[in-house]
Amino acid sequence: MLEIDGLHSYYGDAHVLQGVSLNVAPGEIVALLGRNGMGKTTTIRSIMNLRQPVVRQGEIRYRGERLNDLSPHAIARRKIALVPQGRRLFASLTVTEHLTMLKPASAKHGWTIARAFDAFPRLAERKHHRGNQLSGGERQMLAVARALMIDPEVVLMDEPSEGLAPVMVQALEGVIAALRGEGLGILLVEQNLYSALALADRIYLIETGRIVHHGSKAELEADPSALQRYLGVH
Amino acid sequence: MLAFQIMNGLTFAALLFVVASGFTLIFGLLRIVNLAHGALYLFGGYIGFTISKLTGSFLIGGIGAMLCVAIMGLLLDQGLLRFVRGFELRQVMLTLGVAFVLNDLALVMWGGDTFTVATPEWLQGAVVIGSLFYPKFRIFVLVVGILVFISLWLLINKTRLGALIRAGVDDLEMVEACGIDIRRVFLVTFMLGSALAGLGGMLGGTFLALYPSADAEILVFSLAVVIIGGRGSLVGAAIGSLLIGLLNTFGQVWFPQLAYFVIFGPMAVLLAFRPLGLFGKAA
Ligand SMILES: Nc1ncnc2c1ncn2[C@@H]1O[C@H](COP(=O)(O)OP(=O)(O)OP(=O)(O)O)[C@@H](O)[C@H]1O
Ligand SMILES: [Mg+2]
Repeated sequence: MLEIDGLHSYYGDAHVLQGVSLNVAPGEIVALLGRNGMGKTTTIRSIMNLRQPVVRQGEIRYRGERLNDLSPHAIARRKIALVPQGRRLFASLTVTEHLTMLKPASAKHGWTIARAFDAFPRLAERKHHRGNQLSGGERQMLAVARALMIDPEVVLMDEPSEGLAPVMVQALEGVIAALRGEGLGILLVEQNLYSALALADRIYLIETGRIVHHGSKAELEADPSALQRYLGVH
Repeated sequence: MLAFQIMNGLTFAALLFVVASGFTLIFGLLRIVNLAHGALYLFGGYIGFTISKLTGSFLIGGIGAMLCVAIMGLLLDQGLLRFVRGFELRQVMLTLGVAFVLNDLALVMWGGDTFTVATPEWLQGAVVIGSLFYPKFRIFVLVVGILVFISLWLLINKTRLGALIRAGVDDLEMVEACGIDIRRVFLVTFMLGSALAGLGGMLGGTFLALYPSADAEILVFSLAVVIIGGRGSLVGAAIGSLLIGLLNTFGQVWFPQLAYFVIFGPMAVLLAFRPLGLFGKAA
C-alpha cells in the first residue's frame, strides 16, 4: 500500500538517506529500528514531504500514486497520518480543540470526538486542559488521537514510547495493536526494541541512512545476530 | 481636563487596536511583518471617504472600505506574497515596496490634500459623561474598538477557524501534516487583517484626517503596539494599544517636543526585559 523505493534525502548538502526502500501493507505493523541519528525521523519526514529534508532521488508511492511532489496536507488527505517524534501538540489548544480542529464536532463518520474519547478515556477527563498541562502518557495519547481524526489508513509513528513509563508503553501498545486489528498499516519507528518486537510483524534495521536488514519478527527472533550487530543489544 | 485627555488616549488606543489587531494577526500566523499595512489603512480611509461621499452613507462607506481593502489583501497575498513564502526578508522588502507603490497610487488618485470623512449626523455632537462633554464620534470609535476586540477574541478562541489559526501560530508544519491546507487559512487571515486596516482607515479618516503620510504614522504606531504586546497576541495588542494610546496623548500634552520619545523610550525599556513583548512566545 505504501511503498518507498530507493530514497535519497538531503539536509542541504548532508546526504542523510542513502537509498531507503521499504513498504507497509494494510493490517500490518512494520518497525523501523536504528540507533540515534541513523535516519529514522528523516525517513518519516521524507514520506510526509515536510520542508526538510529534500528528497532528491527515489519514489514514494501510495496505492500506486506518486507522493513525492504533493504537499504535506495533500499527503495527509490521502489518509496518511503522522504521530511525530516529541508529540508536537499545539500549546494553545485544548485537548478537545486538537480533535475538533481537524473534524467538526458534528461529524458522524470515522473517528469522531466521541469515539476518540471512548478509546482514550483519560483524554475525555482532561478535555479542557491544554497540551502542556497533560502528563507524558496523556500527551502521547492525544498525539495518536489527533492523528486518527483524519481517519488514516496508514499511521507513521515516530518513537511513540519515548519517555513513557512502562505502564503507559503497555497501554500504547494495546492501542497500536488495536489499530492494526482494524486494518491500518503502521510504520513504527522505535529505539525501544522490546516495544517494537512486541508489536511488529516485520522489521527493518537502518544504519546511517541505509536499510541494512529486513525480515519478519520470527526470523529476527530465531537469528538475533543482526539485532546485535546494528542495535548493539545482547 | 484630565478626564478629557484620558478619553482622548482611550479613543486613540481603540483606533490603534483596530489597526494593530489586523497587523498582529498577520504577523502571528503568516510571520509576515506587513509594512504595507499602513498603506492599506490609508486606502481604507480614502475609499471610505469616496464611497460615503458618493452614497451619502457612512455605514456603506465603512463596509465598502473593509471589503475593498480585504480584496487588496487578497491580491497582495495571492499575487505577490505567495511567491516568497518562508523567506522573511524578501517578504518584508516586498511589503515595503508595495507600501511605496500604494502610497504613490493614493497620491495620484486622491491628490495631496488633507481629507476628513464626514461624520454622519447620528454621530455628531457630544455625549455628557458626568461633567465632561465628549464628542460622540470618538465614543463610537471606542465602542467599535471594544466590539472588534470581543469579536476577534470569540473568533480566535471559540471557533474552528480560530483553533486553526492558533495551531498555526504554534506549529505550522504540524498543522499541514494534519491535512489542513494552511494557505487557505493564511488567505482568510490576511484578508481579515486587511479589512481591519480598512476599518481603521475609515475611523481614523473621520476623527483624525487623511493625508499622504498618514500611512507611515499609523504603521509606526502599529509596529510599536505589536512589539510591546508580542507577536500574534490579541490581548497583547489590546494592552499595547492602551499603553501607546495613553502615552502618546499625554506625551503630546506634557512633553510636546518629546512625543515620540515618550512612546519609544518605555518600549525600549520593556524590550530589554521582555524581548518578545508582553505576551510574545518564541517562534
Ligand atoms: N534539520 C537537520 N539539518 C541537518 N541535519 C539533520 C537535520 N535533522 C537531522 N539531521 C541529521 O540527519 C541524521 C539523521 O537524523 P534523524 O533525525 O533522521 O535520526 P533518527 O534516526 O530519527 O534519530 P533519533 O533516534 O535520535 O530520533 C543525523 O545525523 C542528524 O544529525
Ligand atoms: Mg528521530
